[in-house]
Amino acid sequence: MNVFQGKTWVFGDDIDTDAIIPARYLTTQDPKILAAHCMEDAEPDFPKKVQPGDIIVGGKNFGCGSSREHAPIAISGAGVSLVIAESFARIFFRNAINIGLPIVECPQAVSGCENGHTLQVDLAAGVVKNLTLNESYEAVAFPDFMQEIIQAGGLIGFVKRQTGGEK
Amino acid sequence: MGMTITEKILAKHAGRQKLEAGELINAKVDMVLGNDVTAPLAIQEFERIGVKTVFDPAKIALVPDHFTPNKDIQSAEQAKIMREFARRHDIVHYFEVGRMGIEHCLLPELGIVLPGHVVIGADSHTCTYGALGAFATGVGSTDMAAAMATGEAWFRVPETILFVYRGELKPWVSGKDLILYTIGLIGVDGARYMSMEFTGEAIEGLSQDARFTMANMAIEAGAKNGIFIPDAVTENYVRQRAKGNYEFYVSDPDAHYKKVIEIDVSGIEPQVAFPHLPENARGIGDVGEVAVDQVVIGSCTNGRIEDLEIAASILQGKTVAANVRLIVIPGTQAIYLEALNQGLIEIFINAGAAVSTPTCGPCLGGHMGILAKGERAVATTNRNFVGRMGHPESEVYLSGPAVAAASAVTGYITSPQDVVKEGA
Repeated sequence: MNVFQGKTWVFGDDIDTDAIIPARYLTTQDPKILAAHCMEDAEPDFPKKVQPGDIIVGGKNFGCGSSREHAPIAISGAGVSLVIAESFARIFFRNAINIGLPIVECPQAVSGCENGHTLQVDLAAGVVKNLTLNESYEAVAFPDFMQEIIQAGGLIGFVKRQTGGEK
Repeated sequence: MGMTITEKILAKHAGRQKLEAGELINAKVDMVLGNDVTAPLAIQEFERIGVKTVFDPAKIALVPDHFTPNKDIQSAEQAKIMREFARRHDIVHYFEVGRMGIEHCLLPELGIVLPGHVVIGADSHTCTYGALGAFATGVGSTDMAAAMATGEAWFRVPETILFVYRGELKPWVSGKDLILYTIGLIGVDGARYMSMEFTGEAIEGLSQDARFTMANMAIEAGAKNGIFIPDAVTENYVRQRAKGNYEFYVSDPDAHYKKVIEIDVSGIEPQVAFPHLPENARGIGDVGEVAVDQVVIGSCTNGRIEDLEIAASILQGKTVAANVRLIVIPGTQAIYLEALNQGLIEIFINAGAAVSTPTCGPCLGGHMGILAKGERAVATTNRNFVGRMGHPESEVYLSGPAVAAASAVTGYITSPQDVVKEGA
């Protein structure tokens, strides 16, 4: 389950949360409704054409802007398996980990990657492979603490353990 | 080695004598904030944790401000989720329509976020409270849910960039211009994951309202928090309002900074950030002719009394250009009332402006002033991303209240100096 493979959707630098999910759709938490509008202002075809398992590739500062957790929820609801970027804005980074959307920082994998390439990502080993280009790269590793949150299935699972709530 | 103000506040709340940038800590929080967009999701996650009660009903603030007064049935349902949660858990700081305000104007005004506090909010502009010498940062709904249950949050202690502003400000230049200029200098990820500490003689002379504006937009440079060293201006602001204890922290002279950036403010003109990033800042002299359809004065960035005073000083005795819609939104009911008592609201209405009850409204393209395809706005808000205020092919130019008010009079982006001269 720690290895993901999918076709890429490549976006540029500073993809903001209004591009990921415009505020006009923030009157719901439903992942399906949010997914139907995911990325539509940046790439109108995205919600219609995205396939389960696809991978979003971003440049620097992916997810900048608002704190809306609806952004990673929309991405995950669209069936995207993973987001890989040169760097992430901090609230998006936190939110993605908290809801269990896998994200990877790997500048080398981003440069040279084009729409429709096939990437294979091994989260545990921290290795990203571009199968189209036949290249392999090392990803930036998560600190242990964040790996614990991911292992607990997100922050709520982690807090349940802390507070002794039901599993 | 000494510590920065941010490190000191976090150390205190983590029960530590000392800590360094890069460490992961768990810290107690003094206030947890959510609004009608983020709190319903946080409430759903809170219920999943399985605890019966919130950690402290007096340390949670719930503010319906984004799509309120509710713009449609769906937003009304969201606000209802938050209202019912507030009643069920006896949340002390729940603010109903008519008694509310834009969260980041409201909480400091009421003295429930204070110097030395650690505040997290499920809203990215929570960093506003750094203007009081608090550590305040935006988080998502799940972080908010966890903090409502435990009263704690985890942080990676940020590295700090020290900004030193020297020299004397030009006329009509204020907090908004300084922060837009700064973001223009370092870029929208120039302080990513870091703390921005604002100091220098030009800062010491800034009003509390102007400081809120600067700290508010630290997130637009990617920062975790923006912070000011509290001083007499801070003391004067909080003394009458504080609903609890507060503590002034200062950075040690030998504190470690990732970088020190010195800025001479004497050459800085009023700033305008062009679409579609706040880093596209230019001096008013380099703007060229940009016609606008709408002007918005308000938001958690510039909806405070000083902002309205500046706008009114320009609009006094003038009228809004025929092809422009000017929308003025006081940040809180108290600010609205103060503006009314000072005669500012009369000036706005006589000039031909629409004056609204407090709401985030148009800033995030929610309601109360959405742009059509191809339309252009100048706004005192904080973001000019694609589609931020409406149609994906509309445009937002960011400025302070002086440029916004002047632009409303002429119909194109204008230096306040030009409008005031004409009228004189």
